This record gives sequence, C-alpha cells and structure tokens, in this order.
Amino acid sequence: MVASLELTDVGVRYGKQEVLAGVTTPVLKGGEITAVIGPNAAGKSSLFRRIAGLLDGPGRIRIDGAGHLSGPGKVCYMPQDTSVNTVLTVYESILLARKQGAGRRVTDQDLEEVDRVLHGLQIEPISFKGLHELSGGQRQLVSLAQVLVRDPKILLLDEPTSALDLHRQVEVLSLIRSLAKDRGICVILAIHDLNQVLRVADRVMVIDAGTMVSCGPVESVITPTLLQTIYRVEARIERCSRLCPHVIIDGPIARM
Amino acid sequence: MAHSPAIAMPKGRGAYRVLVQRKKLVLLALGLVLVLSIIADLGLGPARYTMREVVLALMGSTEVSRQISVVIWDIRMPVALMAVVVGAALSAAGAQMQTILNNPLASPFTLGISAAASFGASIALVFGVGILPWAIDYVVSINALLMAMAAALFIHFMSQKRGVTVETIVLLGITLVFTFNALLALVQYLASEQALAAVVFWTMGSLTRATWPKLAITAGVLAVSLPLFMRRAWALTALRLGDDKAASFGVNVRWLRLETMMVISLLAAVPVAFVGTIGFIGLVGPHIARMLVGEDQRYFLPASVLSGATILSLTSVISKSIVPGTIFPIGIITALVGVPFLFSLIMSSRRRSW
Repeated sequence: MVASLELTDVGVRYGKQEVLAGVTTPVLKGGEITAVIGPNAAGKSSLFRRIAGLLDGPGRIRIDGAGHLSGPGKVCYMPQDTSVNTVLTVYESILLARKQGAGRRVTDQDLEEVDRVLHGLQIEPISFKGLHELSGGQRQLVSLAQVLVRDPKILLLDEPTSALDLHRQVEVLSLIRSLAKDRGICVILAIHDLNQVLRVADRVMVIDAGTMVSCGPVESVITPTLLQTIYRVEARIERCSRLCPHVIIDGPIARM
Repeated sequence: MAHSPAIAMPKGRGAYRVLVQRKKLVLLALGLVLVLSIIADLGLGPARYTMREVVLALMGSTEVSRQISVVIWDIRMPVALMAVVVGAALSAAGAQMQTILNNPLASPFTLGISAAASFGASIALVFGVGILPWAIDYVVSINALLMAMAAALFIHFMSQKRGVTVETIVLLGITLVFTFNALLALVQYLASEQALAAVVFWTMGSLTRATWPKLAITAGVLAVSLPLFMRRAWALTALRLGDDKAASFGVNVRWLRLETMMVISLLAAVPVAFVGTIGFIGLVGPHIARMLVGEDQRYFLPASVLSGATILSLTSVISKSIVPGTIFPIGIITALVGVPFLFSLIMSSRRRSW
C-alpha cells in the first residue's frame, strides 16, 4: 500500500510559545516529493519534528499506509544536525538504525540491506571508518543511509544536501527521486537551494515566520514575487535547455 | 540507485563479521586476564600461595592442606569476588551514565553519587540515624543507597531540563560532590573519635568488609541489571546518535533515560554501600572498553563489565603487594592508579572522538 500524509492546521508549541501554526496540506501521496522552503528559523525543522512525533502541538497529522514511529518501514526522519560524538563505525551505525524495533539478532537480510544502501549512496569506501572521522558531507550521507536502511514509507529529510558538493547533491537528489518513485515513498524535503527544488520536487510548501505561506505545484509557487516577499531578493525564473525552470538572481545584487 | 538488485557481492558484510569476531576475541581475552587476576588475588595475603596451590584448592584437591583451602575459600574468596562484582557494577554504571548523559566524564564518582552515598553512610556511622529505621543490620548500606539514588535522580531530572548541556551536567555533578563532601566534613566534625575513625576508613573504600551475604546482594543487583541493559542494547546505542535520531527510530528516549538512571543508581550505590567509596573504576572501565570494542552496546557493556572487574581485581592484587603482609584500602589505590590513567586519557582524547 502506498503511504500518504495529510496535515490539517498543524502547529508546534514550546511551552506557551507558538513557533509554528496553521500548516495545512492536501494529501501528499507516496511517490511525490514535497519541498519545504523558507528563511532560516522559519519553523521548517519544527514542522519536521512535529510530523516525526518528536514535538507536540495542535492540529491533525493523518498518515495512511504506514505505521507511526515503530519498526522499519514507517516514518523516518533525518535531522539537520548530523554531528555525532561516538565510537561507532559507519557500518555499525547503519545496522543500528536498521535494528531499532526489529528484533535483537542480526540477520543476513539486515546485513544485505546495509550493504545495498552503502552501495546506493556510494559510501562503501568509508564503511569501516569511525563516525567521528567523517567530513560534514560524509556525515550527511551516512545519516541519509541510516534512514534509507529502515525502508521508510514517509521520509522526512531536513536539509539532506546542505554539506554536499554539487556532484553529490545531484546524485543524492536523483537517488531520492528514484526511491520515491520506485518504492512509493512520500518524501518531504527541506532544502535551501531553490534550483534543486525546481529540479526535484513535485510540490513546494513555503514557511515564513512560523506560518505556512503557500503550498502547491512548484512552478506556480516559486515566482519572482514570492522570492521578493520571502527572501527580499530580486530574481527571475528562466528555463534551461531541458525546459526546467531556474532561479536567476537579478537586479543590483546580481554581481557583488 | 540504492536498492538496485544487480549489485556485486559486497565486501561490507564479510568485513563486519570479521569486526564482530575481533570484538568477541577481545571479550574472551579480558575474561582470561580477569581469571588470572582472581587467582593471583587469592594467592596473595599474609600467607602467600603459589598459583598451583590456589588452583588445587579451588578444585577441592586433597593435595593441598585443609588450612590453605579454608583461607582461600572462606577468607579470601569473598574479598576477591567482591572486587570482581564491585568493579563490574561500578564500571557498568559508569558506562551507562556516559551513554545516557552523552558525557565522557560521567561516572558515579565524578557526578557526586559516590559522595552522596558516603554522606548517607556517615550519618548512620556517626549518629546511628537510619533513613529506614527498621533495617538496623544494613543501616549504613541502606542510608548510602538512598542518598545515592536521590543524587542520581537529581542529576537525571536536571539533565532533562531544556538548555542543559553536557558541560552543565558535569558542573552540576561537581556541585553535588562539593555539597556532599562539605556535609560529610560537617558530620565528621561533629563525630566522636571512634565514629570519626569509622567514617574515615569507610570513605577510603575497603574490600576487607566483604562477606558472602554482601557479595550475594551485589552480584544479585548485577545479575538483574545487566540483562535489562542488554535487552535495550540497540536502543541505548542509538542514543549515541543523538536524541532526535534515536526518537525518530522509535526509541522512547525519556523513558529509556529514566529507567536506565534508576538501574544505574542501584548499580552505583550498592557497591559503595558495602565497600565504601571506590573512585575511577566507573570512569576508567568504560573508557578502556570503548577503546577496545567501540560503543555498540552488545560488546561495549560486557567489555566495560569485564574491564571494570579486571581493574579492581588487579588493584586488589596491587594493594596487597606494595607492603607484603599489609592490605591498603583499595579506594586509595584506585585513585592513585586512576589519576595518571585519566590524565593520559584526557591528553590523548583530542585525537579520538572522546
């Protein structure tokens, strides 16, 4: 069964302080990628943590076709902060993610899955490096491997490519795209690079100052007006040779 | 891409199995060192026996005199085994404290739990006041236990507050150490000469107080705690990846921390209650284990237990060997051996993750 996610008036409160309110989406279906964009500290990570069940707040989160938060194959969340301070190898950390809520004994299938994910993300050469020895980009890839190995149905990725070079960004986003399609995963992705959003996402949700500003198909939401209102940047949208739209920064700040 | 079926037979699996085998061998080696240390411990004392005599006496052979058998079984065995279980319990407590508080400096000693236990015991020794008045035979131990649990819970609840960092917890522990040491000094100041001697001796930590019932209780606590931890091995290891990640894996982080802290306080307090303050085992044992097998709890916990037990058993051997015929309080030796070790650990930790 293909998973789906629907948010109705979802918010987040820290004590009495409301940091996010009024997030409502249509039914986000498996196979689709929804990008969440917005300025820093707009409430994107809070939204992710709320959907993952790590924060309380008002509103209704309806998840179909996936259980919630236990065992592999459910809601998987990759936090933005991937720094760790532990003596575990990459391989152990991915196996560890696989084994949560899934029995104590390590089976051949578990190891096979770890191998596949390592291969898919092309991080086999660092399999037996310590987590503390990795670069920021490598840590991000390992963190992604830890969620992918759990065979997710709903995948919440909080800035999964922020520390990656251009080649890796393209690779990882293509991987996420094909996983979403092949496995019917419903992907929610926070990402700052709007050109990557335009390339990879089906839908975009804009969050600013703790409220949802807009949610809809990528090309109808990312417009010069939105970029001016939300980011205060003068820009236009142009198409590349493959007709994919791109954001071009324009006006006085185009060249610094 | 990640899940394409046509991939070559990967090397990862095989290499992982080799890694696991290596960890099991390390555990076996630690176990062997422990057994040798116990045998040496049994042979040492006012009368020294050879390894052969000890082994024969342990096997119940008639080749050794009845006197040797009695000395080894009735006098030295409870002390030697107490060193093992106390070392194991303190090291397991330290390992899990470091895990759930995400702090390499966490141990019953550095976070004030041992100091709290000492204060609890001193009230009983000096004033004869028991927190549970009906348990008169174990009044010193029970006071120590309850104070240690209170301190552990205090640390736990403070660590749950928002904005509390790893550094804050260490500072909090230091305040507890100072507070309980000051209270202990106050009790000592008010104590009679006889009671003062008892308190001072108690705070030094000594295995010579070991008896079979005390040994049985400490071993019992260990026997109940370790399977509890092992059952949660995957979840406890996941905590090391960060709370958010562990929680998103389905780990009930708050509950796991509370449950673990309760077991830790028992593990840390019972040995202190019976043999007095023994520092550094809870700090050094887990660090050695981490260096040897990493932090996968399935190997980290047994390695911590074995290294803690081995260190205290070896320390017991040392405490008898410095001046033949004299047994130094073991708490003094662990601190003296532990300080240089901790120092070298801190100096080399820049190159490692901890």
